[in-house]
Amino acid sequence: MRDTFFKTLTELADENKNIEVVTGDLGFGVLKPFWEAHPDQMINAGIAEQNLTSVAAGMALEGKTVFTYSIGNFPTLRCLEQIRNDCAYHNANVKVICVGGGFVYGSLGMSHHATEDIAVMRSLPNVTVLCPGDLVEAEAVTRAIAKYPGTCYVRLGRGGEKRIHESLPDFRIGKAIPVSEGEKVAIFSTGAIFEEVEIAQETLKENGITPTVYTFPTVKPIDKEVITKIAATHELIVTCEEHNLSGGFGSAVAEVLAELPSHARLLRIGMNDEYSTLVGDQKYLRDQYGMSGEKIAQRILLEVK
Amino acid sequence: MTSEQLAWKIRRHGVEMTHLSGGSHIGAVMSVADIIGVLYADILKFDVNNPKSDNRDRFILSKGHAGAAIYAALAECGFFDTEELKTHYRNGSRLSGHVSHHVPGVDFSTGSLGHGLSAAAGMALAAKQDGKSHKSYVVLGDGECNEGSVWEAALFAVHFGLDNLVCIVDHNKMQSLDFCDKTLSTTPLKGIWESFGWNVVDINGNDHEQLRNALSGIKANNKPTVIIANTVKGKGIPYMENDILWHYRFPHDGWEYDQAVSELHKTKPEGVTDPYTPDGIQNPEMPDEKEIHLDNTMSATYKPTWFRKEQQQ
Repeated sequence: MRDTFFKTLTELADENKNIEVVTGDLGFGVLKPFWEAHPDQMINAGIAEQNLTSVAAGMALEGKTVFTYSIGNFPTLRCLEQIRNDCAYHNANVKVICVGGGFVYGSLGMSHHATEDIAVMRSLPNVTVLCPGDLVEAEAVTRAIAKYPGTCYVRLGRGGEKRIHESLPDFRIGKAIPVSEGEKVAIFSTGAIFEEVEIAQETLKENGITPTVYTFPTVKPIDKEVITKIAATHELIVTCEEHNLSGGFGSAVAEVLAELPSHARLLRIGMNDEYSTLVGDQKYLRDQYGMSGEKIAQRILLEVK
Repeated sequence: MTSEQLAWKIRRHGVEMTHLSGGSHIGAVMSVADIIGVLYADILKFDVNNPKSDNRDRFILSKGHAGAAIYAALAECGFFDTEELKTHYRNGSRLSGHVSHHVPGVDFSTGSLGHGLSAAAGMALAAKQDGKSHKSYVVLGDGECNEGSVWEAALFAVHFGLDNLVCIVDHNKMQSLDFCDKTLSTTPLKGIWESFGWNVVDINGNDHEQLRNALSGIKANNKPTVIIANTVKGKGIPYMENDILWHYRFPHDGWEYDQAVSELHKTKPEGVTDPYTPDGIQNPEMPDEKEIHLDNTMSATYKPTWFRKEQQQ
């Protein structure tokens, strides 16, 4: 996903000389093709995210489309006020790019687990929040935000995610994407956790449940239309996110549901308002915190019994 | 308008605006007034009829709490009517206490310290990349230099050779509760900036001739320039000078307002009309001598037992 993002951005930067990448001294290997192709459109601002983000705002106000890049919580929480005051409040054309949503950097420990970023970024006015789930979504998101004027947050997985979609010619910011049609149960997934949803889907089918599945590459603005439609036609909506339950994707869905006169029940799957303390890789941590395909399926089966 | 006339107007508006609104930071407005006066009268290139013109110089007041000074300067330069200054802090006004880019002529909103130098560096970098010749100017407070992000930006500007970036530090030696040296010292400020690799010019920041010389002699040597403008907090109103009280307190009705205006009238340049009290104040109220020149600093009464005595001095 990370490589797809930069491959796409490298192409876009051929056509648009106003595209700039500002990295916080991260992206070894992955950024090389970009800086070799576009040496005048790439700045390494060093390990200084607060400055980096305000610099990006200043450049954006001068007409640049600036992509800030770092991993985990560094491009967001470390410089949150710079995103709020300097980027979002000025409607600056800054795209905050995070590699490592959730447990991507599993074994590196809690500091590197981005598990509150969606909630925090979603709470900022003027910030569009995107979490692509596969390479196809990542490419579509990259192309869409490069054309979209304003502050965006993009949460990427690191790589190796399975392909969900063949292609997305009609991708639009703010629209959920149908993956499969089923009945009674609907699963909404955002970001790379989709690969676990796919595993869960198989187990559910073995148990006689065929869920409707949507991916939500955009968390903000949330696709109210799809949520409203599914809430009226299904009994249970399950949200899956590699993120804390407080304020994240499931909360965004809950906000829409709560304002409907009647709606399907909601089951949110994610971190249960805690920090990760265990050591292990992404797959291991997902399982430990109840987000592996098997655990998702078990939780849903318990709910529909 | 000369810089001296503009600086006087900034001070006079500053007194009126804080008096009417009950707003804070009059001490900072007074200390920065000469810097802003010289910048807007003699240095910055701008077009009041086209505030966003591409070849204008960019300006950021990073110490956004002295926003009244910018609003006064912009109004005096014709970006909007000076009458609007009276709405400062008021419900429905455009003139927030800290600088807002929703006001014509303002490039960047500030209010949280430690953002402006970075943003100005971004603007300067973009200008370099696009081969544009305007400069980015930014005014910082010395207390603001406590913020770590200032030093991230200081490294960045040198590393990328931003000689189109000019930083002016309003070095009035005081911050919110006390003198800087009794808070989180950045002494020697000049030496610190030098060690970061900046061109450093150390001047009297209330002296217009020195400010003009420093600001018109910016070197194009691949390094950013910082002007350490040594100023006096509260400058121009003796009872406010170097008294931390006037970081937050506004001139109240009675002797505080009367004396502020009367003191300013003593230094009113030729050709300037006071828009509020054209003839000054007749029979101004006088302060009780016991009420002024008190030590309101935190260290005057804060004496932690664990702190070594010699450090307290």
